[in-house]
Amino acid sequence: MIADWTRKHLLGLEELSAREIGIILDAADDMAKLDPNATSTELKGRTVANLFFEPSTRTRNSFGLAARRLGAATLDFTSSGSSVSKGEAFIDTAKNIEAMGVDVMVVRHTSPGSPHLLAKHLRASVINAGDGPHEHPTQGLLDIFTIRRHKGRVEGLTVGLIGDILHSRVARSNIHGLIKLGAKVIVCGPSTLVPRELKLWGVEVAYDFDDILPHCDVINLLRIQFERQRTGLFPSIREYAFLFGMTGERMRRARPDLLILAPGPINRGVEVTPEVADGIHSAILEQVANGLAIRMALLKLLCGV
Amino acid sequence: MTLLRITNGRIIDPAQNIDRTDDLWIQGDLVLGIGSRPDLTASQTLNATGKIVCPGLIDMHVHLREPGREEDETILTGTRAAIAGGITSVACMPNTEPPIDSQADAEFMRMQATRAGFANVFPIGTISKNREGKELAEIGGLVAGGAVAFTDDGSPVVSSEIMRRALEYTQMFDKAVLSHCEDLELTRGGVMHEGFESLKLGLRGMPAAAEEIMVFRDIALAEMTGGRLHILHVSTAGSVELIRSAKQRGVRVTGEACTHHCCLTDASLRTYDSNYKMSPPLRTPKDVDAVLEGLRNGTLEVIATDHAPHSREKKTREFDQTPNGIIGLETLLPVCVVELIEKKRLSWPQLIEKLTINPAKVLSIDRQRGSLHTGKIADVTIIDPQAEWKIDVEQFQSKSRNCPWHGQTVRGRASAVLVGGIVKLNDGQLINA
Repeated sequence: MIADWTRKHLLGLEELSAREIGIILDAADDMAKLDPNATSTELKGRTVANLFFEPSTRTRNSFGLAARRLGAATLDFTSSGSSVSKGEAFIDTAKNIEAMGVDVMVVRHTSPGSPHLLAKHLRASVINAGDGPHEHPTQGLLDIFTIRRHKGRVEGLTVGLIGDILHSRVARSNIHGLIKLGAKVIVCGPSTLVPRELKLWGVEVAYDFDDILPHCDVINLLRIQFERQRTGLFPSIREYAFLFGMTGERMRRARPDLLILAPGPINRGVEVTPEVADGIHSAILEQVANGLAIRMALLKLLCGV
Repeated sequence: MTLLRITNGRIIDPAQNIDRTDDLWIQGDLVLGIGSRPDLTASQTLNATGKIVCPGLIDMHVHLREPGREEDETILTGTRAAIAGGITSVACMPNTEPPIDSQADAEFMRMQATRAGFANVFPIGTISKNREGKELAEIGGLVAGGAVAFTDDGSPVVSSEIMRRALEYTQMFDKAVLSHCEDLELTRGGVMHEGFESLKLGLRGMPAAAEEIMVFRDIALAEMTGGRLHILHVSTAGSVELIRSAKQRGVRVTGEACTHHCCLTDASLRTYDSNYKMSPPLRTPKDVDAVLEGLRNGTLEVIATDHAPHSREKKTREFDQTPNGIIGLETLLPVCVVELIEKKRLSWPQLIEKLTINPAKVLSIDRQRGSLHTGKIADVTIIDPQAEWKIDVEQFQSKSRNCPWHGQTVRGRASAVLVGGIVKLNDGQLINA
């Protein structure tokens, strides 16, 4: 299985085949079975570097822990407090870090295409940990992995992606992965944030959450992203929560086995109420644990181990 | 006085409706005539068998970067690049640092070009002082300094009042206003065409409407004032249609297509390669088809490159932080041959017309240039339409390397170029003074 993996980089889910996604999910299944306190030596002698130009709680620490659990050395670069403030260019920063002996570069950046640029100029393997609104492949993978673990399959399920699709890398990666694995995807949010052209992608476009909720097996609640928006895209948080917030009231009109996902961080009371976020349908914290398994699997695959 | 004979070439001079194999005679720096002239003895002969002989090509949309951005290009390197590309005259854009907004600035450009000794440079002056769009520049002074047209290119003229006054004021000098049409509010933060491709790539887009809104506005102002308007780098189907119907109403508007908008689309951005990033951006296949049809039916009468050099370092940054633009002087001919001639979109006379007499008219330099009529200045381009070569940016005369066609095998190349009767390129090699 691992021997079937040929890619040097993971830049997005768009270019992966259903089979390749399956390889990652199956490898993650194995990782999830391991004792969380055990450390292996499979990646001993390798170095995994985080190159983060954007804030991160989950992804950065998850990759670091995943690397260390496999015995790799880690390096953690964040742009604040670095020579980026002295004007050092992106590629120079990456090359200088790579020169310390890095095998895998995990990069998060505000500019789409940044991991692609590194893949062109570096010798190391590059993993996209989020490039602006473009893709966040490991998040897409862990979301799909969580769905598979709960529902036993992905094919034939109806998955609703709720919120600011336009600016969401999580949405794009999920759309690619879910469609490839045969799920039906509905995107739903304010019409200023959910462009009609999304239909061309093979997803259903909706603007009324209450309308589509009863049809969903899974919903993924995207955070309303204040830092990626310009003004004029929606009038207020209150209105957003009113139209698209997942509340206990809406829960009562949903399918009894509805699975609720959200990439962190969540705005409690906006995209989701505490009652739902902490309730029995929510897999939000489990997603984080699954993220570790996915990232361990990915590091092993890219290192050919 | 030297008598130069260019013999046995296919002479294409659209201004005179000439397309036949014949000899071209040049005396000193002027065209003497076309014909076999057994009464004359040439002191120098250039054999143009199998080649096309036409008026020196004019690229009316070129950024030379000097003064201010000499790391990207200089007037010397840019005019060398032009000659290497078969271009004898360039009209250079005024978004330099400082901008070309006074007589002295325009004269500096011409002096630098004369010192370099390669292609002619016709400065385009700014419409507004310092390109700020608030007050008219000293257009009369600029004309005295040699400016042939006016633009704030790089930027649109945001104030409709200023644009109106520019269209009125330039009429005193019978000069055209060249407009970069872009509604900046709609394109703010945009790095490519807004459409399905930008949606997938997660990049902020610049909608077609942003260009069309200003094309409409400028046409309305040209119609109202009777001024001469030229729309730069037309890139959308909607813009082409607006220009077409304005012409039908008798508005004095001309249109320009850039080489890249004749063939490349927004799908090229999928690899996030900054060599496909420019403004206006590459658009959809439907827009490319409309631009090609506009060229074919005369709605767009000029082809230009919008040669926009940027140093290597600037184009190797994160995609949305790279500046817009690609170089074009040295790829103009092969791209036109491969995309327009070989794909039968334009005939050779149609193509040459859009690179000679038509831009000459827009720039008001057609009294002396743009045609091979007796008495015109002897700027001549000799093209080998069949010459096959591989584009290698490292061999370019330009200082910059931002070219999307690097590595491609193409056909069409300038084999010789004369400027004012003097050979500046022969056998594909630049002749240094």
